[in-house]
Amino acid sequence: MGKIIAGVGTSHIPAIGAAVDHNKTQEAYWKPVFDGMEPAKKWIEEVKPDVCIVVFNDHASAFSLESISTFAIGVAPEFQPADEGYGPRKVPVVKGNPELAWHITESLIMDEFDMTIVNEMPVDHGLTVPLSIMFGQPEEWPCEVIPLCVNVIQYPQPTGNRCFNLGKAIRKAVESYPKDTKVAVFGTGGLSHQLQGERAGLINADYDEQWLDDLVSAPEKIKHTSHTEYLRETGSEGIEAIMWFIMRGALDEDVEQVYRFTHCPVSNTHYGLLVLENKDK
Amino acid sequence: MTDQERDYHDIPGTYVFDGTHYRKGYYLNMFCMSLNKQENRDEFRKDEEAYLAKFPVTNEQRKALLERNWLEMLRLGGNIYYTFKLAIFDGMTMQAAGAAMSDSGMTEEEFKHMMITGGRPIDGNRSKKETK
Repeated sequence: MGKIIAGVGTSHIPAIGAAVDHNKTQEAYWKPVFDGMEPAKKWIEEVKPDVCIVVFNDHASAFSLESISTFAIGVAPEFQPADEGYGPRKVPVVKGNPELAWHITESLIMDEFDMTIVNEMPVDHGLTVPLSIMFGQPEEWPCEVIPLCVNVIQYPQPTGNRCFNLGKAIRKAVESYPKDTKVAVFGTGGLSHQLQGERAGLINADYDEQWLDDLVSAPEKIKHTSHTEYLRETGSEGIEAIMWFIMRGALDEDVEQVYRFTHCPVSNTHYGLLVLENKDK
Repeated sequence: MTDQERDYHDIPGTYVFDGTHYRKGYYLNMFCMSLNKQENRDEFRKDEEAYLAKFPVTNEQRKALLERNWLEMLRLGGNIYYTFKLAIFDGMTMQAAGAAMSDSGMTEEEFKHMMITGGRPIDGNRSKKETK
């Protein structure tokens, strides 16, 4: 049977990908960041998920204003790294799992989550940076990946509560999959950052730390936080942290915080990394 | 969506990309999106005005794009993930773009320094009422 073994939360800052790709990880600015990621890398090497469902957002790479899906799932056998203006990242092609992806899609839609089903989807830093963070620079990614893309760029984004419930439905879908498959769910994006406007550079580390505490121990408390509160307190781009609720919803009510790391700043962002396991493994 | 007053309009220095901005900035953003393709980047580099003429942007938007007026692009419906594609085209970092959008005439170095010392503080920047 399919089983959700863990959840990972991580920011997906493009500069992290650039630091990996251009061998800058040991430079003074980057070393503390990459050192802080090490325990999570070691952990995932041990638990070895067969499949990672990576919840991410596209940044005008595969999708555009032509058509905006709130939730989209990638069902292709593979996904190519996208050209975001610098040429594509030289990272391995992302291998999908079409059978499991279709199983999850069917289960979600029957559960009234009306997913957009996507075959052609070049994946940008939103998806490939979390893979670099967790797996470094392998010849091939050590797991299959099901991309789950969430609109967090166009207001209105889905609510935290909707994301949380989608996570629960993903768990139900995975657990009804007949093949033995270990699945980890990644929630990506955040934490506080604002890239645009006169307020660019905003960081609200205290808010983020409290939010992480609540996400781990009391997600019910924050799942109804309003869009305006996120925009105001965590910056116009900080709202993407709602994607972590999908990961959190796929886990038990009681979870063990295996690892947590935050660092400020990474580029213009308060970086966050979280590893959660169900207490009853 | 009607272009009504929103509670997030009270957040200072922030252009929430809602339906109003989407409608205003559609072609501006789609022009920026086109720079994902190498052949379009080459064409734009050869003759900016000629390439831009293919997109039905307004005169104000054309001016802001050609002058690289990053704040004005946001005011005219630009979304940062799209307009940043033009900044990438120019070889700008996110910190240089951030500095250019800060209204105080910040340099890239000053912006970087602000980030390393904890970023722009939330206190005083939550609400337009605070900043006045």
